[in-house]
Parts: sequence; structure tokens; C-alpha cells
Amino acid sequence: MIPLLNMRLSTPKYIIDIGRVGGLSYIHADGESLVIGALTKHRDIEKSKLVKEKCPLLSEAIRWVGHEQIRNRGTVGGSIAHGDPSAELPCVLTALRGEIVLADENGEEIVSPEEFFLTYMLTSLQPDQLVKEIRFPIIKPASGSAFVEVARRHGDFGLVEVAAVVDLSEEGSFSEVKLAIGGVNSIPTALEDVERLLFGKEPNEELFKKASDLTMELVEPESDLHGTAEYRRELSGTMVIRALKKATIRAQGGRVM
Amino acid sequence: MDGVKINLKVNGQDISREVDARLLLSDFIRENLLLTGTHIGCEHGVCGACTIHVNGDPVRSCLMLAVQADGCEVKTVESLIQENGDLNHLQQAFSDNHALQCGFCTPGFLMTVSSFLEENSNPCEAEIRKCISGNLCRCTGYSNIIKAVKQAAQTVSN
Ligand SMILES: Cc1cc2nc3c(=O)[nH]c(=O)nc-3n(C[C@H](O)[C@H](O)[C@H](O)COP(=O)(O)OP(=O)(O)OC[C@H]3O[C@@H](n4cnc5c(N)ncnc54)[C@H](O)[C@@H]3O)c2cc1C
Ligand code: FES
Ligand code: FES
Repeated sequence: MIPLLNMRLSTPKYIIDIGRVGGLSYIHADGESLVIGALTKHRDIEKSKLVKEKCPLLSEAIRWVGHEQIRNRGTVGGSIAHGDPSAELPCVLTALRGEIVLADENGEEIVSPEEFFLTYMLTSLQPDQLVKEIRFPIIKPASGSAFVEVARRHGDFGLVEVAAVVDLSEEGSFSEVKLAIGGVNSIPTALEDVERLLFGKEPNEELFKKASDLTMELVEPESDLHGTAEYRRELSGTMVIRALKKATIRAQGGRVM
Repeated sequence: MDGVKINLKVNGQDISREVDARLLLSDFIRENLLLTGTHIGCEHGVCGACTIHVNGDPVRSCLMLAVQADGCEVKTVESLIQENGDLNHLQQAFSDNHALQCGFCTPGFLMTVSSFLEENSNPCEAEIRKCISGNLCRCTGYSNIIKAVKQAAQTVSN
């Protein structure tokens, strides 16, 4: 937010610093979810063994958020509330179908990423509401997950990023696929049609190509200084293949860089 | 606007000042404390010139308000110099390797690298490149900065 103030893009009359509100910085596993307090710093997630074990997708994605000097101060709640369509954490949360816990003086409300992210930098957050915690569903040890991104330089906002989680049946076909893309639409988007296309099928080059083609049909990127709409569309297809391959190899027990 | 009282430690010294709530930490350091070693390039977190340490971690001083540093321990590039006035090993390594030309970016690099070297005593080149990826230099082309960081790491391990 301070860059917006420094560039005079936003001139609020009042700012409330919640940085010192106690008890909102925590990471713990609770049943099916990894629960992370809004004031938890990116750096704490990056270093957390619990996150690595329960939600490796998040550990992989967090390294793409800015640089160390940014992650030392940036918070999970801030990244979600900011609503940037190319931010990594909203993309991961969307892929996993996680939950956002909002609080106001009357109590709490749980919303899905779909309900929360409205368009570029706009969320359903009301002026009297606070993001209290984020719940990232725990990824089963047998699943394979991958987060891939292309940015102009490491630390810049991503041009396109894809988060994928796959499960394989005993026969080796996809028994569950979760896929989301960021940077191309006005909000991070779950690729439900692509998930359905993959479901029940055996992973192979031909199938990945089909998933890639469908993704390119589904996304609605815009051109900007950093890349044209056509480039982003092509890249979306390529990145979906990369994410799926990486996640599939991991689900098969292989290691990839 | 009413001032806000803040108490903090800067380069080991206790400081107590009244500041406007809207004042950036970078401006506070330069204009109120007259510690002009901390440079301001972009003012939106990208260039790294304003990097300082807050409670031991490297952060952008242009992205913090002075009031947010209340109760914190702040270190700026002025803290690096040795007591007798000599450059410390990292500054010396930058000088020896021509790791600066105009010097505008240097304070930010020094602060980023000094905390990195505390945690990584024997870094490889890839780690060094990653460490400095959040700092921009328009003059040197980075190669000499990488050499300087290697030399500084060696000095420490010897
Ligand atoms: C150079 C640079 C590179 C960056 N690169 C990336 C990147 O690659 N990927 C990425 O995801 N981000 C990136 N960022 C953004 C960074 O991750 C910020 O940390 C992020 O925007 C959130 O900042 P913050 O937590 O300090 O929140 P703030 O900046 O303080 O707040 C951001 C917004 O969210 C609101 N807000 C914050 N917390 C809450 C809450 N708990 N409840 C309700 N509203 C809240 C604020 O009112 C404000 O509108 C980058 C930033 C910089 C400066
Ligand atoms: S001036 Fe702070 S990062 Fe550029
Ligand atoms: S020495 Fe001039 S910008 Fe780095």
C-alpha cells in the first residue's frame, strides 16, 4: 500500500496500522486446513517446516513474492486484501479452494476466494472488515503439487503463474486435479473446465496439450507494458503444461527441480 | 497535524522524536536524523537503495512509516564503519573490487549483503546473485559486486 501512497495513487484521510495487533500472527494445522493468521509475514511462511510439510505448494509459491526485503515486511492478510490478480498467494488459495476468514465488530464470516476477489485490486472487503486468517487446505502426502511462474525478473509481479495439485489413482490416471491461473484475468481463476477435462484420464503429452489448448481458450488476458495479450495467452498454455508435468512427476514419487 | 512521539534505537543510539504520522522512515532517517547514507531512489520498494535493517532484518525504509519503527532497533549504512574510522571488511571489499561507480546504490547493497553474510558464511555465486536480486545498480553491471561479496565472505571465514 505504501507504494500507492508514495505515488499519490491513493490519498486516504486515515490509515489504521494493525501491525501491532497481538495474536494475529500464527501458523498451525487444524484438521483439514493449514490456518495462517493475517499478520503472519511472508518470511515466516517461507521458513516454516509445517507449511513445507502440509502445503508444499505454498512454500514453493511464497519464494516468488518480491524479494527478501519485501517478504520481511509483507503479510499474508495484506497480500490477500490487496487483491492483485498476479499475486501468488491468491492464486494458491484459489487453486486449493481455501477460505478467507473476515472479522468485524459483529463477528466472523468465512468466504471463498471466488466470493472475495471481485476484479483488479477490488475485493468484497467492507470498510469495517478485517481479514483475520486464511485457511489453506492441507495437501495429502501422496498428491503432487507445483507452482510455476514467469516474471520479467525474479521478484517482479508474475506475467503468468499456475498452481496445480494432482492425485493419481492406482492405475495412474488423474483422480483429482486442482488448477488455478494468475496474472491473466482480472482475478485469480480456477480452471474448472480444464480440471474436468483431465479427470479420470491418464497423464500423457497429448492430454497435456489438450489442457493447454483449452486454457488458451478460457483466459482473457489484456496487453500492457510487460507483455501483449497474445503473448500472455500463449504463455498460459505453456505454463499449464509445465505445472501439470511437474505436479504429476511429484505425485509419481519423482523429484523435479 | 499533531506529531506522534516515537522512541527507537538507531545505530545503537536511543532516539526520541516527535514526527508527523505521514512521514516515511526513509525521510525521517535522512531529514530528521541527517543520516544521509540511506539513499532514496524509487520510493516504491523496487530499487533497494533505501535498504536498512529493522530488528536485524533487511527492509525497505521507503515502505515504512517512521511511526511504525517505534520501539524498533534500526541500523543504517553508517553503522558499518569501524570504531577507528576504517571501512569494515565488506566496505573494503566493495572498494577493492570497484563494486561501485557513482555509489548511489551502494548503501542498499551493503545493508542487504551484510545481513546475508551473517546467515551465509560461505555462499556460492548463485546464492549471492539471488541475495542481491532485490537491489538495482545502473553502473557496475553487478559482476564486481559479486566479486566483492565473495571477497568479504572469505575475509570473514579467514
Ligand atoms: C518491489 C515489490 C515487489 C513485490 N512483488 C510482489 C510479488 O511478486 N508478488 C506479490 O504477491 N506481492 C508482491 N509485492 C507486494 C507485497 O507482497 C506486499 O507485501 C503486499 O501487497 C501486502 O503488503 P502488506 O502486507 O504490507 O499490506 P499493506 O501494504 O499494508 O496493505 C495492502 C492492502 O491491504 C489492506 N490490508 C492489509 N492487511 C489487511 C487485513 N488484515 N485486513 C483487511 N485489509 C488489509 C490494506 O488496507 C491495503 O489496502 C511486491 C511489493 C513490492 C514493493
Ligand atoms: S527507494 Fe526504497 S526501494 Fe527504491
Ligand atoms: S554504482 Fe551507480 S548505481 Fe550502482
